[in-house]
Formats: sequence, structure tokens, C-alpha cells
Amino acid sequence: MDARRVSQVVPKVRQVGFVTHSDPNPPPQASRTQSVPIESNSGTPYDSPDFSPVMIPPPRHHSENLSHLRSAAVAVPESSSRRPMWDDRVAVVGSYNPGNSLLGQPVSPNSSEVNSEASTTLGWFGRNSSGKFSAGSSFPGGGFDLTTVKMENFTQLEGKKPEAVPERGGGAAVEVHNEVSSSTAKAKTTKAERRAMQEAQRAAKAATKGKGGGGGVEVNNRESSSNTLKAKTTKAERRETQEAQRAAKAAGKAQGNKPVAAAGGAGPSNILRQPSQNRDDPAVGSTIAGSDRRGGDRPPERERKKDVPPPRMQFDDQGRVNKSKKRAVFNQPEAKNRVELFRHLPQYEHGSQLTDLESKFLELDSMHPAVYKVGVQYLAGDVTGGNARCIAMLRAFQEVINDYSTPPGKTLVRDLTAKISSYVSFLIECRPLSMSMGNAIRFQKSRIAKLPLTLSETEAKAALCNDIDRFINEKIILADKVIVRHAATKVRDGDVLLTYGSSCVVEMILLYAHELGKQFRVVVVDSRPKHEGQALLRRLLAKGLSCTYTHINAVSYIMHEVTRVFLGASSVLSNGTTYSRVGTACVAMVAHAFRVPVLICCEAYKFHERVQLDSICSNELGDSNDIARVPGRPDVNSMDNRTNEKNLQFLNLMYDATPSEYVSMIITDYGMIPPTSVPVIVREYRREYLLI
Amino acid sequence: MDFQVVVLAGGTSKKLVPLVSKEVPKALLPVANRPVLSYVLEQLELSNIKDLIVVVEGADAALCVGGWISAAYVDRLHVEVATVPEDVGTAGALRAIAHHLTAKDVLVVSGDLVSDVPPGAVTAAHRRHDAVVTAMICSVPVSGLSEAGSSGAKDKTKKPGRYNIIGMDPTKQFLLHIATGAELEKDTRIRKSILRAVGQMDIRADLMDAHMYAFNRSVLQEVLDQKDKFQSLKQDVLPYLVRSQLKSEILINGAPQGQQAKENGNDKVSYRILANASTPSFHELYALGPNGSAPVRRTHKCCVYIASNSKYCVRLNSIQAFMDINRDVIGEANHLSGYNFSAQNNIIHPSAELGSKTTVGPHCMLGEGSQMGDKCSVKRSVIGRHCRIGSNVKVVNSVVMNHVTIGDGCSIQGSVICSNAQLQERVALKDCQVGLGYVVSAGCEYKGESLARKEK
Repeated sequence: MDARRVSQVVPKVRQVGFVTHSDPNPPPQASRTQSVPIESNSGTPYDSPDFSPVMIPPPRHHSENLSHLRSAAVAVPESSSRRPMWDDRVAVVGSYNPGNSLLGQPVSPNSSEVNSEASTTLGWFGRNSSGKFSAGSSFPGGGFDLTTVKMENFTQLEGKKPEAVPERGGGAAVEVHNEVSSSTAKAKTTKAERRAMQEAQRAAKAATKGKGGGGGVEVNNRESSSNTLKAKTTKAERRETQEAQRAAKAAGKAQGNKPVAAAGGAGPSNILRQPSQNRDDPAVGSTIAGSDRRGGDRPPERERKKDVPPPRMQFDDQGRVNKSKKRAVFNQPEAKNRVELFRHLPQYEHGSQLTDLESKFLELDSMHPAVYKVGVQYLAGDVTGGNARCIAMLRAFQEVINDYSTPPGKTLVRDLTAKISSYVSFLIECRPLSMSMGNAIRFQKSRIAKLPLTLSETEAKAALCNDIDRFINEKIILADKVIVRHAATKVRDGDVLLTYGSSCVVEMILLYAHELGKQFRVVVVDSRPKHEGQALLRRLLAKGLSCTYTHINAVSYIMHEVTRVFLGASSVLSNGTTYSRVGTACVAMVAHAFRVPVLICCEAYKFHERVQLDSICSNELGDSNDIARVPGRPDVNSMDNRTNEKNLQFLNLMYDATPSEYVSMIITDYGMIPPTSVPVIVREYRREYLLI
Repeated sequence: MDFQVVVLAGGTSKKLVPLVSKEVPKALLPVANRPVLSYVLEQLELSNIKDLIVVVEGADAALCVGGWISAAYVDRLHVEVATVPEDVGTAGALRAIAHHLTAKDVLVVSGDLVSDVPPGAVTAAHRRHDAVVTAMICSVPVSGLSEAGSSGAKDKTKKPGRYNIIGMDPTKQFLLHIATGAELEKDTRIRKSILRAVGQMDIRADLMDAHMYAFNRSVLQEVLDQKDKFQSLKQDVLPYLVRSQLKSEILINGAPQGQQAKENGNDKVSYRILANASTPSFHELYALGPNGSAPVRRTHKCCVYIASNSKYCVRLNSIQAFMDINRDVIGEANHLSGYNFSAQNNIIHPSAELGSKTTVGPHCMLGEGSQMGDKCSVKRSVIGRHCRIGSNVKVVNSVVMNHVTIGDGCSIQGSVICSNAQLQERVALKDCQVGLGYVVSAGCEYKGESLARKEK
């Protein structure tokens, strides 16, 4: 499936989600009269209006449901013809669509496509859906706000469904089955239906086999009861109803099918949380095998394992911190007072580390001077900004490669990779890497690994240096040029453009649009403590642009007159979340509230397949002195010497995450895309850029 | 790390007469019974520098220094001893060994520096900014300055003059102005262009140049070639580089200016990304010119590394400094000496013999094989090897070198007694220097004099 198709499909699917909650709800209630206890459905997670972000969302409903459906689908002979399709990751979109197709929404032009996909991928369900919509509408999946993001997540998740089911067994999984079976039961039993039911039963049995708990029994009870007679309430059924209600209530708090406001906001993101967490789980890799049987052309397990990033260092784990300190190149005293929520992030007492590192300069024999210099510059804050840091690092690596000669008895591929890894860990010590740098390093390593063995050392070195040059040129500089061209079309005469902080690509856009002779005004929003905006302002003024300079606390006042917001990004994650300088989310939110389009300008090499919902789990902490101290104002520096006070903690966050809802468009080197299309770019182009 | 280290060990400094002589060049003056040069070499060795060039003025001195180094560091360091004629100055010395220098940067250390500042810090600061020169600066020792000479100690009432004026930018990273010694007799002139470019200048008089420089090699060689009148690094080369930093006349390979010429197209963009992202120093701002487009002016950076106050950093370039360093190394900065101090906070070699009722106070050192008679008292002094000291002798605040014979009833205060000197009975010395092999006849009293044999 090519990228273009998905990006077309996506917004429409989403539209379906919105339409869903308004009209399909009445019919189910009408048709539900018979066997299914109404409470169990009205209380399903998807309808529950109250929403608490604290509750752990139960995405397992979907996932397990899906897994069953899918296991059923495999058994169906028809689907085999489209197997390759199914194996493609995106095909899961189809697997998830039955809910929509069931809702009887063949209106959208692509729904036929969706339907066909659904029918091929999930054999029985597709037929079921085409057969009877009314029955299907009681299926809880009906109101899902289906975005690609979610699909992406489920694709990520699919690998572990098989083992997830037996683990959790009872409650939720069973409940879903009940729903399915009941819906089928109350409907007229077509042949397909019956078969489906059998499938479901089988799946449920398989699910509960692992623990053989009450859940399984329940299901069986339930199945039989609904099978034999329509609305008889046995004891088991009542119990089951209660069970379902309880589960639904717990689940409903965090779940999706809600009034518009909630549906757009945190709902989906919360659903996402669990998959993303699970994905990081190192145990996942070993249990994937089962699903691999089905997914024929999916990358083998070993490769997949490589893709899974190693669990990040948690700095509240004392043992690990101590261990890593032993390996550390230089001594970094940890800050004593750290904010509870951010203990897992490294925070050091700034000031002494630079001198410590500097004094070790001549002792670090293994360190290449160029890498060392870059490290010092990171640490001292001489080089900031994703692109600049990435270029500086790559240039340093270029020098490393130039000066490299393979020691006797070693191979270039292995030794150079190890060397680069040690340099990278040194750079991480100096400052945590940005995601763009992570991508660049991955590129670099893959280039080294893929070097043909026949190359001589000089040829290999030349090839690698050339690769770095190409990466910088194509992925950063040319990408910037393309972005500038794209973005300039969005600047019209009379516009008032707002930007936050200092993004080099936004600056280029502004300058380019100015060169084109467009008449516009720029609002530069800045923030303490770095005041990056001032440097941008100075350069813009030097070129003769008319500017307004303000601080972020006034952003809601200036937003009235703004027509477009251009923002840079440190990274864009595959759920569309923009990870950027702290304050970006605030600006984007205000712009969203004022209905001002927010355009994120970000090179595609900064895209990352990670999913992040908040800015807590991964972030960077700056020097607490920066916020405690006001330079040039000795009269307000009451906080100056209190950084070590026990009951005072400073939090100087460096990044924040902007939810995709606030972003109208991401301008990247592959064009202008909605935030939901980020995973497509990540998936489709990553392979290509690793090959370059 | 692509650094070459040059230690300028000097020859027989005139300032240190009568302590130095042909047999004992400046580099071998004992500080806590170790040649002063060993402090520098050890500091470098700690920083993992194994290859270095030691430049000595004068063939005789070079012979002595070379002999000592090869004996002491034979298997530890790879030292090349280069001889330059006397009176060529520090710049001349570097000019003479220029063909040995090949690395990207050169670290030039004075051989008389007693310090625990890691040399790596200077080099790191140098690399961080791609500077042309980085100078280490330390705070002025309390007891006054080298330029005050030996007279400094005598009249303590004299207000300490201002001998160093160092101007820095507010971030204390760049050197904007430096003036030392004689220049200060006149009014100091500060470059207006520099002041305008920086906007603010910190001028300090309580700092001094520690004579540890990191130079960009090609720049250094170019300056030395072009300005053949330059004699001293400290007084000619460094001020010249600082003065001309905003209208650089030197061609720097590898520095931004050099790149600018060959840059085109994409490289230019990446350069701009880098430049925009990093906090620009005033050099870059100035180079950009008023309209902020392509760099129009050529600049180079002169950086400073300021040794923190907790570090010890003194140059042995006067008799006063010699005494101070000796006192400090066995006193407050005793980690430098490398000895283990006893419970009484002093070092008495096990082979030393003390008479009855003889006391050796804290912060004292008694060398190997020295003998002391009865009822002697030693306070805050260093006594070398194989000295023979009679009874009832007082040694306070003094340095007694090796093989010195001191008769009964002598009183030595604030003095330096060089090797092989002989003090007969009841000599009283105060603030004196006794040269090599000099014999002070019995019963003499001297105050603030320099006693030495006449040179033949």
C-alpha cells in the first residue's frame, strides 16, 4: 500500500468517526431489546461521557477483539487470496474498520474500498457487515474515532496480541466476545453468522484456556444462553451483566466514543498510551513468533528487535545511575533537589561539569579532538538547535573517519562502529541527544554496516564521508530549501506570521518570503530564560522585515491579529505529536483557540517512529540556575543562592509535546501533510533514507 | 589530541642572581628539594602528555637540564631538549624550534610555573572557541608581583603597584586587552573598535598572565615569521594578537575565515545554520558587519582561561617568588610537593639526624642526610640534603639548599642559602641571599644583602 493512499484515506476515516456518534446510536438501542442487557451496552466504554485521564485506558478491548477477529479471519479461505495485503501493516486499517462499515456509512467514496478491505481481511466479519448493519451497530467498535495514528498503534501492537490474550484472559476480553456473540445471537442466524459465532467461541475458548478462570466459563454460559433462547435471564447471565457493567464503567472512563470535544482531545491519546508502553517492553520481542507465522513478509524477529530502541536510562534508578557513572568520561554531580515527576531524567549541577571536562582534555586519549570539541560545545551551550547540533556532530564524525585507520587485527566495520558508539555515548553525557541526531547516528551506523567488504580502507572512508555529506546536504539543507519553497506559498500579502523561539527553517521561510516581495509582518514570540528569539529578531530586522517582539505570556493578546503560526520542531513523532522547544505547545494551543492555522516546519529526518503522549516521559532538564537568576537584575535575584534549599525545587524543562490536534499542517520535505500522515512518512521513507 | 607541548625552561635568569649560576640554571632551582621544572613536567605527565620539547637557553644550562631530565624521567617521558642561544627571548626560542612543531596547536608552558591547574583546561578552552591564542590567567599572589623584584619584600609599606591590566569580555572568555610591565608606566590605551564591538569590558588588575599559552601553530609561526622583532611571547606576541583581533592580518587555516573563501552553496547554508544556532561571540557579530550578511571583516579570537582561586598557580621568576613557592609547597599547597607529611605537618627524612632539644616546626622540610646540632630551631623552612648545621641555630622562613655548612649560633631569617655555601659561627642573616659556595665569615651580620662570589 503506498503512502499516498493512506493519506487520502485517513481524514475521511476520521470523518466517519465524527459522524458516528450522532446518528448510529439510536438504532442499536432499538435492536438491542432482546438478549443483550442494555446496561451493558449503554455503559460500554465508548459511550461513557465522563472521562478521567488517570484511568488506565483499556485498549485491550480493541486489541484482543481484533486478535480474535483476526484469528478467525485466518481460518476463512477467501481471505487467503489477499494475504499479502493483509500482511502489509497498513492492512490492519481494514481490520479495524468493520466498526465503521457496520455502521452503515457507505457514503464516503473510499468506504467501498475500506469495506472491501475489511471483507477480505476479515472474512466473516466483512460479510456480516454487508449483511446486516443494524445488528452490527451494537458492536462497540462502532464509534471509534479512527485515525491513522491509532491504526499505527494497533499495527505496532498486533505483534503481541496472541500472548496478550491468555495473559489477561477473563474480564475485558470475554466481555467483548459476549458482545459479539450476543449481537450475532439476536440477529437472524445466517450461515456466515453462525460460522462467525463458532469462530468467536473458539477464540474465546482459546483466550481463556491459559487460565481457565471464571471468565471462560462465563463466556460459555453466555454463549449457550444466547444461543438457545433470546431473552431469558439466567443467573449466569445476570452475573455476566454485572460483570460487563463493571468492566465497562472502568473502561468507559478513558474511552473513545464521546461527544465531539472529548473525542478530539485526550481520548485517543489515552488509548494510545498502553500500546506505546507495551511497545517498549523488552519482553515483546520474544513472544512475537506466533504472529510472525501469519505475517509472512514482515521483518524477521531479529530485525524487529533491532528496531526496538533499548529502554532509556531512568535516572531515578540509583543502581543504574551509579553503574553508568563508572563508565562516564567526566564527573557530573547530580542535582540534589529534583522535581518528583522528572526524577527519571538526568539533571546535573551545572557549572562544575564544564571545568571538569575541560581539565580532562588531554587525558582523554581515545577521544577524537573534533568529537571532544563538539561535546564541549554542547555542554557549554555554544551549539544549540537540532539542525546545528546534528551538523556539528556529523562533521565531527567526518573528521573521525578521515583520521581513522583500522588497527591491525580488526575490521573497519566493527571497529569504526564501536568507536562511533563510544563517541556517541560521550556526546550523550555532554547533552542528551535530540531525536534528529539519533536518526543521523542510525543512518551513519547503517552505512558503516552496509559497506561492501571489498572496499579498501581509503575507499571505505571516502564513501562514508561522502555519505555524511549527502546526508547533510539532502536531509538537512535541501530539505530546508524544499520546506522553504512549500511554506512560502502559504504566505500571502498582508499576513501576520507568528513564530516562537528561533527555528532556523522558519527564519529561512520568512527571509525567503521577504525576498519574494511578499508584504507581511512577523511576530516573534520569545521566552525566558534563553531568549533565542532575540537573535532571530536581530537577523530579521537586519533584512528589513517588520517585526513585533513579545514574550510568551502575551501570546493570547497578540494572537488576535495573527493569520498564521509557523513553528519549528525538534522532532515529530508518529502519533503526530510535535516535540519542540518548551512553550511551543502553549503557542499552538492559543493559536488553535483563536482558529489560527498552525504550520509546523520540520525536516523529515527529524520524524521519529516513537509515540509520545506527554512531555514527561522523555524530556530534558536544563540548568536550574537559568530560571532562578535574572541576568542584569540583581534586585530580583532573591532565588540566587537557593538552588540547594531543601523545600525548593526548580524545574527548567527544555521541550514539550504539542498534541496533533493543535497542528493544522506539517511542512516537510515530502510536502505538506497533516499530522496524521507522519507515520506514513516514517514508514515509507525511512527505509529509503537508510539506503540513500 | 593534536597538541604539542613546549616547555620554556629558560637559562640563567638575571633576576634570580645569585641563586642561579652556570651550574644551577633556573629550571633546576630546588623547590622543596626538587627542581622547579619537575613540577611542570609532572603536571604534564598527569595530563597524559608524554612527548614534549624542553627549550633551554644556553649550552651549559641545556647540558645540566638535559642531564637531569634524562636521569629523572628516562622511562617516563619522551623529552627533547633543545638549546637556543641566550637572550633570544621566548619568541625567539619558539622561532628557533619552529621546524619541530607540526601539530595543529602548540601549548607553550613556562618551565618555572608551579601550579596545579590542569593544562588540559587551557587547551580545551582553546579548542572550544577555535581560538588563535588562549592564555591562562591566574590571580596575583598575595605577596606582590614578580616585577617588584627582590625589593618587594623589603619595603612592605610600599603600595603594590599595578603591573598587569587585563581586559576581558563580560563572559570572561575572551581577552580584549593586555598590558604588562613597562607599558604601564605610560597611560594605557584601549582599542576603541574592540570596546565598541564588545560593548562592555571588564578590566582587572588583580590577575596576571601565568605564561601558559595555547597557540594555533600556523598562526604562531606566521606571526613569528612576519614580526622578526618580537622577542617575548608575553610582551610582544600576545599583545599583538589581542590588539589585532578584530582586523586580523593573519591567515588562519581551518578557522571560519579560511572556510569562508571556499564555501559555496550548500556549505554556506550549513555554515549559516551552525552560526545562527550558536550564540555568536562578538567576533562573529563584528565580522558580519553592520548589515549582517556575509562576513566582511576578518577576525580571530583570543581566549583566556582563568584559573580558579582554589588552584595554586605561581611563577618562579623572582627571589621573592622563590621563597614564597618554597614556603607554599611545604605549607598550604603541599599536595604539589608529592611528599607525605608527618603528623607534625613536616617532612624529616629518616636519615636526617637531629640533636637533643632541636625542634623542627610544622611546614618544614629536612632533606636526606642532614645533621643538626643541639638546641636548634627550624620554622617554616626548607633544608636540603647533607647539610651540616651546628648547635643553637635558628632557621626561620628560609631556604637552605644542599651541602651547606652552618656554624654554631647562627640565625637565619628570610634568607636563601645556596648549595655548598658555608656560614661560620654566629652569623646573623636577614633577608639575604647567599650564592653558591660563598663563605660568610664568623660573626658577620647582614640584612637584605645579596652575597655571592665574584664571577671570574
